[in-house]
Amino acid sequence: MKITSEQELAEAIRGANGPFRVRGGGTRDIGKPVVGEALELGMSGIELYEPAALTLVVRAGTPLAEIEAVLAGEGQRLAFEPMDHRVMLGTKGEPTIGGVVAANVSGPRRIQAGAARDFAIGARFVDGSGRIIKNGGRVMKNVTGYDLVKLMAGSWGTLGVLTEVSLKVLAMPETEATLVARGKDARHGIAALAAALGSPWDITGAAHLDPGVAGPESETRVRIEGLAASVDYRIGALQREICAGWEVLRGDESAALWRQVRDVAPFADAPVVWRLSVKPSATPAISQALGQAGLGHAALYDWGGGLMWIAPDPEHDDGGAEAIRAQIAAHGGHATLVKAPADLRARIDVFQPQTGAVAALSRGLKQKFDPRGILNPGLMG
Amino acid sequence: MQMPEPRADILTGRARIVERLRAALPPGAVIDDAIELKVYECDGLAAYRCPPMCAVLPGSTAEVSAVMRICNEEGVPVVPRGSGTSLSGGALPTADSVLLGVARLNGVLEVDYDNRFIRVEAGRTNLSVTGAVEQDGFFYAPDPSSQLACAIAGNIAMNSGGAHCLKYGVTTNNLLGVTMVMADGEVVEIGGAHLDAGGLDLLGLVCGSEGQLGVVTEATLRILAKPEGARPVLVGFDSSEVAGQCVSDIIKAGIVPVAIEFMDRLTIRAAEAHVAAGYPDCEALLIIEVEGSAGEIDDQLGRIIAIAKAHDPVEIRESGSAAESERIWKGRKTAFGAMGQINDYMCLDGTIPVSELPFVLRRIGELGAEYGLDVGNVFHAGDGNMHPLILYDANKPGDLEKAEALGADILRLCVEVGGCLTGEHGVGVEKREIMTAQYGADDLEIQMQVKDVFDPQWILNPAKVFPLEVSAGRRS
Repeated sequence: MKITSEQELAEAIRGANGPFRVRGGGTRDIGKPVVGEALELGMSGIELYEPAALTLVVRAGTPLAEIEAVLAGEGQRLAFEPMDHRVMLGTKGEPTIGGVVAANVSGPRRIQAGAARDFAIGARFVDGSGRIIKNGGRVMKNVTGYDLVKLMAGSWGTLGVLTEVSLKVLAMPETEATLVARGKDARHGIAALAAALGSPWDITGAAHLDPGVAGPESETRVRIEGLAASVDYRIGALQREICAGWEVLRGDESAALWRQVRDVAPFADAPVVWRLSVKPSATPAISQALGQAGLGHAALYDWGGGLMWIAPDPEHDDGGAEAIRAQIAAHGGHATLVKAPADLRARIDVFQPQTGAVAALSRGLKQKFDPRGILNPGLMG
Repeated sequence: MQMPEPRADILTGRARIVERLRAALPPGAVIDDAIELKVYECDGLAAYRCPPMCAVLPGSTAEVSAVMRICNEEGVPVVPRGSGTSLSGGALPTADSVLLGVARLNGVLEVDYDNRFIRVEAGRTNLSVTGAVEQDGFFYAPDPSSQLACAIAGNIAMNSGGAHCLKYGVTTNNLLGVTMVMADGEVVEIGGAHLDAGGLDLLGLVCGSEGQLGVVTEATLRILAKPEGARPVLVGFDSSEVAGQCVSDIIKAGIVPVAIEFMDRLTIRAAEAHVAAGYPDCEALLIIEVEGSAGEIDDQLGRIIAIAKAHDPVEIRESGSAAESERIWKGRKTAFGAMGQINDYMCLDGTIPVSELPFVLRRIGELGAEYGLDVGNVFHAGDGNMHPLILYDANKPGDLEKAEALGADILRLCVEVGGCLTGEHGVGVEKREIMTAQYGADDLEIQMQVKDVFDPQWILNPAKVFPLEVSAGRRS
């Protein structure tokens, strides 16, 4: 069903007899396979853009590319650097802003600027009962009632269908540069990233790539952005204190490195890919333990090590779920099976299974927002 | 402002409830003496007062859990309190409530520089979180004006901001995890040392929920490396409109100062009379602060000054030393106190789109004239979070009510231009009844359904946030 207005959406949901599969641009086929009628959202267009107020209000179906082009025209951008899942998942279509927010999609700059959820300052959505709801607004500071915008961000269309989002935007920096070291093992690489992130030099990207991921040797990368003189100053300071002997790449060369990290491009051919959000310093030990468990994997570490992308040997019957979830149990955080054949996703928990009170709260919220269970049922488990 | 009638059945059970709480907590943790309870009869919104039935000061998560278990069984309302600095009446008790103070929960549990977080007990004051890490070059970014006194628990409840949130965000952007006691006493862990949620973002929901979803006892907070330095420039203008335009131009130029603060003539004069900060006597004043190394600061301030000069400022004063920086900030930081020297005041907290600044300032002046009350404006201009200060005389009959009515009109104005009722102080009791100006019936209903999930009996801070009439059925 193709939906072109909020009112139409509310009516469709109110009158629904069966479940819906909520789709933005269709580029993020993630989660448990959902059985239901496809609900395709066509509401598109920028409703308000005030560069001087750093705010953008946009219909949920607006293509991300259109938004980025308009922002670039004013020297601004979405600072949370949303990942383009098409690269890794091999999907087609145009990512929409609604999909980005619904999936809380961020990139390398998340560690410094924040996640999609941090930039989402207002939303309109239709819940599972067909109620049209607004929450938040178009101002950056707002504690008027509960923050349902955060709840909607990352709820993957299971609580409601976004129709409009308000976002904070930021200025593009004058320039960027990346410091690169090669040949460090994960432990040393991530320790170097921690030192850089613990420095006053405002790092906006901190990644480590295992050998074989982006080249024969490992790569450890640190990004700096800002005014040209400031970037030069901070490169000098980092080279003096932490990154002695690291190669410096600038401008487009630097940007290409981070597009590769953002989109997890090295795992484009891997049939199974996991995403782990964990305490950064725990990741080398996690990787080692997974190796010992016979996962035969390669890892790409973003967010100073706190975001681990793992492509395990696809021979494992459970995609490595048991070994990976055991590590989460030991170290905290969460693991999501972002890429896998549908039959594997149907068999195992794609999102981190929840227990106790957290599980009960999540179930309770789903029940209130979607009492009939018709919005992406089962997608998050 | 009205509060619900205390429930007679609870008041008659007072002795039993106090007895049960005493039995569950260590000696001295339950206060029921009328004189001692006076401390807890109000928060920073001191115009409204009501002593609770009793106050409890638990010293651990387990003790908070024991209190909640008893209150849940008894159906007694619980009003959580951090340091009691709320400006919206978030910690205002009712006569039939148990006030739960977390001040004794003030320890540092873990400091982790490699992973850049600190785990603290939630009664710890905001400034002492930074105090625990600053010797190693780190700080906790959200900096509400009350940071010397206010507790992290209250910061989480109200999603507090501060002068520097233009660059660093507010509490929700710096909160990684909480340990929270649910209404029924169950202890739940949400988030941790990792980023973002693996399922629904419950942490984002809890932050800013004004103590209505649970009692936060521990918090994992992001800490950041301190910048090498920071320096402000002060710019005076003879028109608020031009000052507002200057703010827009700075932001549009892609410069991100850590703070852009605005003061109008009334607050400038009050601050001058109070601390003699040497401010120019002008219509509007901006304090713009940037961070970085000495060279980076010079570069950014140079660009800002060039923009400011294009707006015919009456004065530009760039700080050249720590002492000069302190002097520039002194008047701003003591502005509320300075206004308090003139008269009683009510501090509002609406946020507006920055582009509406000149219009809103003009309308506030007109509205004040209509009510015959002076309104001072001192606020975070970079993010549109206004703090109109309505001067009134608490001893003059009818003046408080007049100030309340003017306040409501100003907040409605903020909503009309696309803003909101409260940017960082919370709804509390103060803005409860005008929530309908911002939200429709379904918008409020779904928020109350969220509370139903966390607190089915509605015992946690029940008479706050939602208009009394709207929440009546759930509270009875």
